[in-house]
Amino acid sequence: MSTPGKKSTILVVDDEIQIRRLLRISLEAAGFAVREADTGQTGLAEIATHPPDAIILDLGLPDMSGVEFVRRLREWSRLPILVVTVRAAENDKVEALDAGADDYVTKPFGASEVTARLRAILRRIQTDDRPALTKFGDIEVDLAARLVRRAGIEVKLTGKEYGLLRLLVAHRGKVITHRQILRELWGPKAEANSHYLRVHMTHLRQKLEADPHRPRHFRTEAGIGYRLIED
Amino acid sequence: MSNVRPDPDALLASLKHEEARARRGRLKVFLGMCPGVGKTYAMLRAAQQERVAGVDIAVGVVETHGRAETEAILAGLAVVPRRSVEYRGTNLTEMDLEALLARQPRIVLVDELAHTNAPGSRHAKRWQDVLELLEAGSEVFTTLNIQHVESRADAVRQITGAPVHETVPDSLLDLADEMELLDLTSEALLERLREGKVYLGERAAAAQAGFFQDSHLNALRELALRYTAERVERQLRTMRAGSAKQTVWRSGERLIVAVGPSPFSTQLVRWTRRMAAALGAPWLAVYVEGSATLNPEAQRLLDKNLALARELGAEVVLTHDEDAAAALVRVALQRNATQIVVGKPRSRRWLDILRGGTLVDRLVRLGGNIDIYVVPAESGPRHRQWLDYDAPWHSGPQEYGWVAGVIAAVTLGGFLLPQNYYLAVGLVYLLAVIALSLRVGRGPVLMSGVVSALTWNYLFIPPRYTFQINKVEDATLFGTYFIVALIAGQLTARIRAQARHERLREERATALFQLTRALAEARTLDDAVFAALRQTDELFGAKTTLLLADESGQEVYPHFAGSQAVEDKERAVAVWAFQNRRPAGRFTDTLPSSTGYYVPLVREEHAVGVLGLTLAEEGTLTLAQRDLLDSFARQLALIVERDHLRAAGEREKLLAESEKLHRTLLDSVSHELRTPLAVITAAAENLAVAEAPLRASLVEEVRTAARRLNRLVGNLLDQTRLESGALKPKIDWCDARDIVNAALDGVRDALAGHPLEVIMSDELPPVRVDFALTEQALANLLLNATLHTPADTAVFLTAGIERGGKRVYFTVADRGPGFPVAMKERLFKKFERGDAARAGGLGLGLSIVRGFVTAQGGEIMVGENPGGGAVFTLYLPHTPPGAVPSE
Repeated sequence: MSTPGKKSTILVVDDEIQIRRLLRISLEAAGFAVREADTGQTGLAEIATHPPDAIILDLGLPDMSGVEFVRRLREWSRLPILVVTVRAAENDKVEALDAGADDYVTKPFGASEVTARLRAILRRIQTDDRPALTKFGDIEVDLAARLVRRAGIEVKLTGKEYGLLRLLVAHRGKVITHRQILRELWGPKAEANSHYLRVHMTHLRQKLEADPHRPRHFRTEAGIGYRLIED
Repeated sequence: MSNVRPDPDALLASLKHEEARARRGRLKVFLGMCPGVGKTYAMLRAAQQERVAGVDIAVGVVETHGRAETEAILAGLAVVPRRSVEYRGTNLTEMDLEALLARQPRIVLVDELAHTNAPGSRHAKRWQDVLELLEAGSEVFTTLNIQHVESRADAVRQITGAPVHETVPDSLLDLADEMELLDLTSEALLERLREGKVYLGERAAAAQAGFFQDSHLNALRELALRYTAERVERQLRTMRAGSAKQTVWRSGERLIVAVGPSPFSTQLVRWTRRMAAALGAPWLAVYVEGSATLNPEAQRLLDKNLALARELGAEVVLTHDEDAAAALVRVALQRNATQIVVGKPRSRRWLDILRGGTLVDRLVRLGGNIDIYVVPAESGPRHRQWLDYDAPWHSGPQEYGWVAGVIAAVTLGGFLLPQNYYLAVGLVYLLAVIALSLRVGRGPVLMSGVVSALTWNYLFIPPRYTFQINKVEDATLFGTYFIVALIAGQLTARIRAQARHERLREERATALFQLTRALAEARTLDDAVFAALRQTDELFGAKTTLLLADESGQEVYPHFAGSQAVEDKERAVAVWAFQNRRPAGRFTDTLPSSTGYYVPLVREEHAVGVLGLTLAEEGTLTLAQRDLLDSFARQLALIVERDHLRAAGEREKLLAESEKLHRTLLDSVSHELRTPLAVITAAAENLAVAEAPLRASLVEEVRTAARRLNRLVGNLLDQTRLESGALKPKIDWCDARDIVNAALDGVRDALAGHPLEVIMSDELPPVRVDFALTEQALANLLLNATLHTPADTAVFLTAGIERGGKRVYFTVADRGPGFPVAMKERLFKKFERGDAARAGGLGLGLSIVRGFVTAQGGEIMVGENPGGGAVFTLYLPHTPPGAVPSE
């Protein structure tokens, strides 16, 4: 949630004026302040002079690739970035996410989807002092005590399962790529063994989801990674 | 009969004529009856007029002959310097063809068309240079005297008594777009001559005494006028043939002229050409090859006569027969000829009596309704025909040895018999002569006949040891013996010659047959060409080269199948042959100093390549061999053309297909795009004014339309990615359950009206596939299942690992109407839509599904759902994942 009284400022970097206009309408309606930039260069200059709270970046900019934008920004700023892509560009998405973008939405997108994503990435920044206790659905994760409970009953997790859960909780509401998880849990050389991850995720779902076949919380992002949905 | 439609053949010919003329530069000929009428002056005056109009003109060659007024009018015209040629110590200058071709002026002036170039020039004759300039697209102004027109050369010789050495073929003059006759009365010309305007000094006097006689000039003038008139008439006829105003056109006339190794044949050929031109009819020159072999001199003469005929536009036909009359009539019937032209025999020969009349008599008898023209020979040196044939005494000494030996043996044997058995000896002699005729040539047979007769008379016929014969009975016997021996010898020799011809002809036929078979068997053009060239190598004992035209038909490139590399110099000759569609190189008039003989491969109006033949230093090509080579070239051209046509046909088919696709695509895309766009537009307009309760449904309409648009664009993009080959599957471990869920999420709205059943094992291990592609494939199948089945019918989705663990499968089944068998074939093609397609669509869905599945190395099957409906199954390769390390 944005802090009452002070609106979060969002910089929209997109060369399409109609998209900028539409985003401005829906974001302002959702309580954000909006600034616009139509090229990567002006976007970067704008961020350097007047840092916004978050950036919405179109990956198909005319003057530089979105991935390059993310890399250059990440050299000096940790500002949250939400990238906007078209379908069938999974590689770009993964690259941008691995380069440091925080989340993505796919065109065509709904306004509610964008605001929800924005809120998720803003919240992560604002609540750096994460509470040790996280709840979603009937699941309770106590990071301090390394305890997981479902409907009040403790669930036994293996080390990797717990590690995976901890990562997802840390990035809750936000996508996390396969590569990021594999690096985090198995080290940089494990990227080839991605089936480990699939197996552990299956187990995690079986232990924590009401219907593991139609998971509610542990969502798969096709070809990209996973996302923990809290509600 | 009121047939007013133009004869299609004539029309086609006139069209082709037009077409060829459009490519070629224009030719304007200034024709005069003799030197001095002012042709060069007229040409220069015309050129000056063009120059004033700003046309680029170059003087290739102009002879002023020191005439002052000619020199004056030459001023201001750009002259391309002549090329100097060193020949036997003297410096000759010739028109620089290369420079002119390189410069490409709009108009080139070329004086004295009939000029013979210095040896070592590219062409033997200047008119060949002009032809090349025309082919290169330049316009040419040239001058010519009537005496140099090939078909009029005889007439001129008869008028003036002086032989004409330099001639220009009528076929070239037929190309002329314009012909200007410079007419001058003989009095005026003689006046000019006296004034020194034609020749200077002594030459003028000599000329007046010889060529420029009043009577000659009048005859020449008439000739020139008549030639021009005939030309005008011919043009008129061409116009008439093209313009359907046909009243006098005699179609179907065709002339045949019999050509032999006689100097008289040239007159015959020219006569026929004039006749054919006057009739506007095609004509053939036929040579009937008999059993006897021609000697080299006669062969040369025959070649020359046939070449002349070819040059004058005849089609040359070779045929074999002992009986020339029968052969001519046969060819005439085969080719639908209406008229045969033969020379008038000078006298009857004794053999004619045996044959049943002279050639003419027999032609008239055999020819039926074919018109026979008999053209008298002009007086001249008597041509002794038997000299044309290989002299009998050309047989080797060995054969004469045989003859001597055999006769000696018979003679010795004769001495062993009693004296009054001399008749028996005579019969043995006869037997020996006939036996010899089976082995030896004409000469030795003739000799054996004579020698045996004399020996018999001298040694055996009483009184012995004299040549005297006393009894009438013996004299009759001796005479009969002599004649029988000669005839028997000749007949046997002829039979042998015929057998030899038969063999040659058979060889030729076999060679052609083998070639055709090899060409038919060859699967590719390269195979065919290779087979043809190897056969050519073998048959002609030569090295072959082949150059084939590229796609554009402008350039030729050597084909690897040639048995000899193409040198640059030789290549230039080949290129010339290709561009001018005429043979060039050795044995021809064009660049005869080159080592190879080059025959263009001509199909219809254009060349498709060049076949080159390099014979050994001393080798020659006989007429028959050239004929065979022509057949080979025709076959090769056919095969190359066939290949070109096939390629063109394929291209065309592809083009037509892609055009059809494009149209379908455009039609359906525009429909598919416009429908949702119309919905959105209408809904947006209504939203502005709608009452609150309506708004929600309007918004929902907009959403549905947008989703449909999105799906359409997605499909188009997917299809494009598939076709451009840009699709690279990203194979990674995936949870099959995730894939199914993602696919179901994508089509949740569409699935709303259909009960869904998902059947999957809980223990499904991770599978290695491309997540997005597989998800999209499943989504498309699910969407199809909802679109093509009635509402409320169930849809089933199953996934699992095949028994054996090699493949993972996903099936989507429905309870719809299923597919007719005929449909299954087309199902996965682009832009194929179900017959009962309810919701439109592009018909790309299944095509994409198959593309995505095959891109991952899998396949898609369609079948009947037991209990009704269709089942689609995707199979994807599967490898069991390695064990997950325990923690």
